[in-house]
Amino acid sequence: MVLYNAYPSDPAMKPPPFEYIAAESVEHTLELMEEHGDGAKLLAGGQSLIPAMNFRVLQPTVLIDLNRIEDLEYIQHADDGALVVGAMTRQRDLEKSRDVERVAPLLYEAMPHIAHPQIRTRGTIGGSLAHADPAAELPAVSIAAGASMKASGPEGDRWIEAKDFFEGMFSTALGSDEMLVEVTFPAKTSRTGWRFEETSRRRGDYAMMGVAVEVELDDGGACKEARLVYLNAGDGPIEAEKAAAMLRGERPTPKLIAAAAAQAADHEIDPMGNVHASIDFQRHLARVQTERALVKAFDRAANSKA
Amino acid sequence: METHAITLTVNDQTYRGEVEPRMLLSDYLRHELGLTGTHVGCEHGVCGACTVLLDGQPVRSCLMFAVQAEGYELSTVEGLASSAEDLHPLQQAFWEAHGLQCGFCTPGFLMTLVPFLAENPQPTEREIREAISGNLCRCTGYQNIVAAALLAAEGMPE
Repeated sequence: MVLYNAYPSDPAMKPPPFEYIAAESVEHTLELMEEHGDGAKLLAGGQSLIPAMNFRVLQPTVLIDLNRIEDLEYIQHADDGALVVGAMTRQRDLEKSRDVERVAPLLYEAMPHIAHPQIRTRGTIGGSLAHADPAAELPAVSIAAGASMKASGPEGDRWIEAKDFFEGMFSTALGSDEMLVEVTFPAKTSRTGWRFEETSRRRGDYAMMGVAVEVELDDGGACKEARLVYLNAGDGPIEAEKAAAMLRGERPTPKLIAAAAAQAADHEIDPMGNVHASIDFQRHLARVQTERALVKAFDRAANSKA
Repeated sequence: METHAITLTVNDQTYRGEVEPRMLLSDYLRHELGLTGTHVGCEHGVCGACTVLLDGQPVRSCLMFAVQAEGYELSTVEGLASSAEDLHPLQQAFWEAHGLQCGFCTPGFLMTLVPFLAENPQPTEREIREAISGNLCRCTGYQNIVAAALLAAEGMPE
């Protein structure tokens, strides 16, 4: 037996009215974007967009729902060993993936910090990256891990390095007629180390400060490559390039690590402060997290079995 | 505003209806289907009271539109017990361990812990606290909720 609405009513609704279209494919999405223009928004997991609509901060006239495009949900390997992830892959699936743990361990380590289990069931990697919240984990992780983004548009596909993808508060290099379809995390070398650190008042809340670190050692034990990227530390993910330059070519001694951490925390990040964390406290957190993260990352690089 | 016809299953019962796209799944369950066991607290994804299962996985029903649930199988708190005398083992454990006081947050805690315990039948206390990190309780306190989850796990087959 099929039941029909038992209690038809007209409840007050929080979000503003909009036209809803379930996109069938990437091509269909691009057509819809062209047809509906600036009033249209893409709906991925909806875990940031729908709250913003519930508050009526955002009032799109058309929502193009990507959740029926099964072709965008995958975790695969490229021929060169890189991890290739479809933009609509759920955060929960990344969190539970042994492939992610093996090939993109920094991403794997950061996943449980993203909001709460119920949010990760629905939230997607592409939605979080395209949303480009400066306090989000995935933008910082994608830069530290050297990821690249694949954008599809009317002119075809193009690749954007993660470090060039983020252009400030909720702003990316995607054109208004483009969509993010895939993210690639390069295979790590045998001498790669990583660490994700963040501090929040309550598990799953937005971090007061966080850092994603990836380092690589050369055969002599000196630092060959280092990337330190901070979240909630400015108007986007903030990469501490001078601190990384201090580490490159040098053996990672405690004194050098402390100096690099101080450089990043005191001079390179640009935290805004809020009611829960003053700017001074955010800088303090960044310094402590960076020291801990670098020690752990270099230790992992030195003891890597891969 | 144009409406959409949807068909979905809640607690093994199929429902059909017409929805405006902006109707949240939480409002659809409560106001259209009369399933008021799913509670609505913050309506922006913080409190966890509106947690339901979407194809077996916990989601916040205030962060989905009803139109998106087309074709899905949902489970709400109403589906846990067949009667007041025949509670789900987790509900029984909440009863015995005093895991609720006012009960407002309880449906969300139950619908978060049911799939968690199915996936992880022998959890540590720390794992339970992690699992319920997305649910707020403002009166009982979390101590007895964690105790109830541990009690339920004791009674579960390994």
